[in-house]
Amino acid sequence: MKIIDYSDRDHYKTQAFQTPFHERAAAFNQKHCWGRWKDYITANTYYDTATEYFAARNACSVFDLTPMTKHRISGPDALDFMNRLVTREVGKIKPGRVGYTVWCNDAGQVIDDGTIFHLEEGVYRLCSQEPQIDWLMTSAIGFDVDIVDETHDVAGLAFQGPTTCAVLKLMGLEGIENLTPFGIAKFDLDGFELTVSRTGYTGDLGYELWVAPEHALTLWDRLFEAGALHGIRPIGSEALEILRIEAGFILAGVDFLPANEAVRPGRTRSPYELGLGWLVHLDKPYFTGKRALIKEKENGSRYVFAKLNIEGNKPAHQSFIFDKRQKFAGTVTSAAWSPSAKVNIALATLEAPHGKPGDQLLAEIYYQRELKWSRVMAPCTVVEGVFWDPPRKRETPPPDF
Amino acid sequence: MNNSRTNSNGGYDAIVIGAGHNGLANAAFLAKAGLRVVIVEKNPWIGGASVSRELHEGWIYSNCSYVCSLLRPEIYRALELAKYGLQVVPYGGSVTFTQDGNYFGSYVDEDVSRREMARFSERDADASLRYHADIMRQCRFIRQFLLRTAPDPTSLKPFDVKEMMHLGREFWKLGEDTLGDLIRFYTMSISDYLDEYFEHPVIKAAYAGSGIIGSALGVMSPGTAYVLLHHAMGEVDGSIGSWGFARGGMGAIAKAMAGCFEAHGGEIRTDAGVEQIIVKGGKVTGVALENGDEVHAPLVVSNLDVKRTFLQVMDEKDLDAEFVTKVRNFKIRGSSGKLNIALDGLPEFPALRGNPEMIRGDMHFIDSIERLERAYDDWKDGSWSKDPYVDLLIPTLTDPTMAPPGKHFMSVFVQYVPPKLTKNGVKGCDWTDEDRDAFGETVINQISKYSPNFRDLILHAEVRTPRELEAEVGLTEGNIFQGELTLDQLLFNRPIPGYAQYRGPVKGLYMCGSSNHPGGGVMAAPGANAAREILRDLRKPNTVPEGWLDD
Repeated sequence: MKIIDYSDRDHYKTQAFQTPFHERAAAFNQKHCWGRWKDYITANTYYDTATEYFAARNACSVFDLTPMTKHRISGPDALDFMNRLVTREVGKIKPGRVGYTVWCNDAGQVIDDGTIFHLEEGVYRLCSQEPQIDWLMTSAIGFDVDIVDETHDVAGLAFQGPTTCAVLKLMGLEGIENLTPFGIAKFDLDGFELTVSRTGYTGDLGYELWVAPEHALTLWDRLFEAGALHGIRPIGSEALEILRIEAGFILAGVDFLPANEAVRPGRTRSPYELGLGWLVHLDKPYFTGKRALIKEKENGSRYVFAKLNIEGNKPAHQSFIFDKRQKFAGTVTSAAWSPSAKVNIALATLEAPHGKPGDQLLAEIYYQRELKWSRVMAPCTVVEGVFWDPPRKRETPPPDF
Repeated sequence: MNNSRTNSNGGYDAIVIGAGHNGLANAAFLAKAGLRVVIVEKNPWIGGASVSRELHEGWIYSNCSYVCSLLRPEIYRALELAKYGLQVVPYGGSVTFTQDGNYFGSYVDEDVSRREMARFSERDADASLRYHADIMRQCRFIRQFLLRTAPDPTSLKPFDVKEMMHLGREFWKLGEDTLGDLIRFYTMSISDYLDEYFEHPVIKAAYAGSGIIGSALGVMSPGTAYVLLHHAMGEVDGSIGSWGFARGGMGAIAKAMAGCFEAHGGEIRTDAGVEQIIVKGGKVTGVALENGDEVHAPLVVSNLDVKRTFLQVMDEKDLDAEFVTKVRNFKIRGSSGKLNIALDGLPEFPALRGNPEMIRGDMHFIDSIERLERAYDDWKDGSWSKDPYVDLLIPTLTDPTMAPPGKHFMSVFVQYVPPKLTKNGVKGCDWTDEDRDAFGETVINQISKYSPNFRDLILHAEVRTPRELEAEVGLTEGNIFQGELTLDQLLFNRPIPGYAQYRGPVKGLYMCGSSNHPGGGVMAAPGANAAREILRDLRKPNTVPEGWLDD
């Protein structure tokens, strides 16, 4: 079953489609606070952002990620094709494993980031924010591969938080505790196939659960039944935004501009300029953008991606960043007060050579108190590592809470 | 006009020939600078091709131009056109009907639009992002030159040197890729250009239409990619590429400009066609009207196209031979016609299955590049297209002022229509009324194929071929842009090299029509730019706005 049928001539009547979980999600969403995610309606918030956020950090949270763009890549040349497409060595992602990656245009500028699911030998699923079929087909010239957009064929839930493993065990997923980070496992749930990956966008212990759309409601019900005594809650995109900033994850269209959509010169970023140099394997055979990236590595990058620890408690949304001499150094792309780290945090794009760990900078923050706007130049420090990094994220088997 | 001003000798400082939107804009900026200006207009109405007339009782037509996007917002604001009654209401969406009873639509909502495209090709749906980004890069480059005078690359005058440097800098800023694309873009055919992005014929046909509108070129002719850009670089309220309806018809634009002009003391004389521009001692001194009157002023601004200006209302003996030859060689070939139709009700388009959005925007009936090219073949053979491309709109679904409730006005732009016909193997035959009616019938048949009840709803139809456009509006050969928009006739080559800064070859003579940079469409930029140059020559304070920056 496809959730959205592209051949439907009357599709326009449904401006935004419901995900297969919508019936259940709507029952929780008493605020009717919905947003739009590509073709779908998804919840911005169900209760309030703080409650939802702490469900993910304190117990377990359910986020509907069905609208995520998904492509299936298979065929004899699938591995070679993937290696030509992305910057990292895909051969190292064994069947049953997941790898985070970026892919670039010829100029070495990031088109999108996403995860590669090596579902079975030679069969990959590429998850991304933006549709990629045009770029994948362009990249596939000369390769014997089969590329299918399966966005509307798979329903998914992100199940994240410290009690998630315990809940999945209760749900009867035998051996789930042995699944290592970035591992994929398949289970039989009431006679249908449930794929579980130990992945997520929260930087914590968590899983992503994938089923055919027709089994979506069963999955939801089984999950909420199992999680009833373990603090399960659905969460919306507002809570997720804080979670992913704490985890240091970037978002296409927010922290970087997909290179295919850029109009103005100089607006795109290379993997190095997004702090993702570790994903660039220059020692592997040729991939798109490699020449440009080698050159950048030799000549230096224009921008530096930085995580900022900002003094005070006022979130630095859209702030300009200055150096100590008050000269422009860059801008904030994402900002939040971190409820777990109890730190005022931000992700920023800075002009090189700013952004070295320990650099002292100033964030120009505008904030409002009772309709009066004020401005503060808040000192901030460039930090290494992420703001929230609990050991349970890496532990196998993970703790029950 | 009671508040009109003449100078101390009872004369005028400037005469503007033609009350088209560029003539009106030019005159309004001059009047704002304190000049005593009179516009002489041959028709009993004003507006040129930006005109709304009531030819059937209760119906207001947009007789020529029919939608608004290019009108520079800087001019809209500087001439206070809102205060003088102009309102431009954006509309969205378009539809291309296919021969197999289906249709391809474009929607305001980007996700719906993407899904609609995916109905034909998933890859094209994704490729459209890349396409729109590339088009936007070209738009950003060209838009900044709309309200600037094109520099003369052979001149060492400070102005030209400064502007050439600006042009060079902007070129450089594009970056290597876009600069290369720019050269390709201005010289490619729209068909080749679209092939670099899309695979589905219907999607290509839907995009290709705006590459030919107003041009005597086919979708496979080099240069048509730029014509598409010319239709994409406008805006409504900052939304680049959007189009809107002028409330009350396109005549509302001329009316508002006239309102501004008259409020600043300007005078408009209608039924005042110009017989000749009077030149004495190498200087213009005024115009002789067809009715025998003479109007005198040291400055004459022509809103007529370059051919009409120099080959019809000037004595060629007052001009250099080479100059006249270049004017003769200027390409201004008629390619389009227009039907304006009063409808007793709303026509049904069964293929839409009641989709209410699709009939509010542009409607098209050609679903492949090949059919578009064959329509052009007919033009080359001296005939109107037997399977014509139409850009059809029903403005009354948006504008409540143009027809009685429940009744509708349909605007049908048609391509291709040649200025002269080949009949029985004889080239260059004039249009007759019978030809015109047969052409109208061809168009009505084309629409009827997709709307069975359309014909029965027709209460009145105005059918305009290049003959009518030339005779009534004064556009040579009926070319809606006052000259082809091809690279050989753009920027410092428009209308001809050495005369691209709105100054004619005779002292005191200026040109402000669309034959000049940056070209046609209801943009008013040529008129405004010409006014800026005139005020510079007169050492008067400038009243013409600079372009807003697209940061």
